[in-house]
Amino acid sequence: MEVAIVGLGLHPFGRTATMSGLEQGAAAVRAALADAGTDFKAMQFAFGGSQDSGNADSLVNLLGLTGLQFTNVANGCATGGSSLNAAYSAIKSGQYDVGLVVGFDKHDRGAFNPKPAEWGLDDWYGETGLMLTTQYFGMKIQRYMHDYGISRDTLIRVAEKAFRNGALTPTAWRQTALSWEEIENAPMVSEPLNKYMFCSPAEGGCALVICRADMAHQFHPRPIYLKTAVVRSRNYGSFEVFSPSQPPEVAASPTVTASQAAFELAGLGPEDIDVAQLQDTEVGAEIMHMAENGFCAHGDQEQWLAEGVTEITGRLPVNTDGGCLANGEPVGASGLRQVHEICVQLRGDGGARQVAGEPKVGYTHVYGAPGISGVNILAR
Amino acid sequence: MSGAKPLHPGLFTWPTPNPNLIGSRCLDCGEHAFPSQSSCRACSGQNTQEAELGNTGTLWTWTIQSFMPKTPYHTDETPETFRPYGVGYIELTCGLKVESRLRENTPDALRIGMPMALEIISVRKDEEGDDLVTFQFCAAEEAH
Repeated sequence: MEVAIVGLGLHPFGRTATMSGLEQGAAAVRAALADAGTDFKAMQFAFGGSQDSGNADSLVNLLGLTGLQFTNVANGCATGGSSLNAAYSAIKSGQYDVGLVVGFDKHDRGAFNPKPAEWGLDDWYGETGLMLTTQYFGMKIQRYMHDYGISRDTLIRVAEKAFRNGALTPTAWRQTALSWEEIENAPMVSEPLNKYMFCSPAEGGCALVICRADMAHQFHPRPIYLKTAVVRSRNYGSFEVFSPSQPPEVAASPTVTASQAAFELAGLGPEDIDVAQLQDTEVGAEIMHMAENGFCAHGDQEQWLAEGVTEITGRLPVNTDGGCLANGEPVGASGLRQVHEICVQLRGDGGARQVAGEPKVGYTHVYGAPGISGVNILAR
Repeated sequence: MSGAKPLHPGLFTWPTPNPNLIGSRCLDCGEHAFPSQSSCRACSGQNTQEAELGNTGTLWTWTIQSFMPKTPYHTDETPETFRPYGVGYIELTCGLKVESRLRENTPDALRIGMPMALEIISVRKDEEGDDLVTFQFCAAEEAH
């Protein structure tokens, strides 16, 4: 059984002081149900997640106590990818006909402050100042720049593109383009990454109505088909966050293994993708994920960014809505925002940021601590 | 020296004139880990033993922590007295790369491949007024 996405709902990312995270999730669900022309009573199941805003299944208090199967998913930044993967399997297996995927969050300002014990580490690791995701991102791109000749200019170009695209996206948090000088001279956070090169924790909600492909047109005239949804965790030797030590040999990241499996299952290759969302927790992540997802060779990013290949007008537009950099990262919702944006692009509803040429196949990649990647391939 | 103790036991040999990191080695597949662990993350075996990992290596990658972290960071510093610190991975002789604070805290003092050496530093004082110490790495004197 093929799987289709027939309802898209987004509560804009950023800050909504008047609404809890749960309420933002409910708003996203209502929007997705309206888009699919259906209601909550018709939903047979839901998978959902939130890191800081309570259990996703509390949504039934706001949406209705209908008795549906509602499973909470907690997979860090890859929560959205994991929720969609679970929903995909639920439809694919024939267990259910139609259901919901939802993610929402409302984080405090500033960097996350994870607790060592929740990551299998002792307190000394956090007490001595090693428990910061920002350090890991700085160190990974630092080594990558050394190994593959990526320049600081390329880091700046990714940030420029993100905020330029955010300025074209009515639902984005950051809708102001930034100049080269503003980005270059921003305060340093974790060498070589400065303030405008990192995304920020934020708020928001996103929901999708997903169903059997043979029922899709009952809900929406332009369904988007979910060709495959793959989630992988890290292999021994993959360079990941919160690792007091790393083995001698660097192994392929979970992004590489998830991407390869997704392409194989879909019977497609990187050359078939018309528009992509790649996890851009910071600019280095987008650069490395271009290669880890198979779109270019390591080091090619220098030329790709200089030539604008990943711009909305380029050969492979990446993060057309400004990605995490311009939208912020409400952890539970972030991976679903990526899928939402690809569906918008494949429907042709991207407005000022619409990719030309009627894109047919899209790709999303979410990555989260401590080394989880989720890849989805979508087609109209 | 009295009046000082490790912040966490079993991470390094101490007190001794020449402290070494302590990790574990898998007797089945030979892979090392730090801190020591009773099972092997490479081969899934449970046949590991404690091993000294040495105290020198080369810098594999680095960054600089430029602002004072929130909890769980726990030192005697205040936002006013906080000094940025380096963070990096040191590639040890056994091949294992260990994450560590670095004494050097400016980009011009840090370079991938530079030789590094272990040192013991104070993190904070405990309730009895004793220094709680941990390890960090710093640029090594001219290589041997």
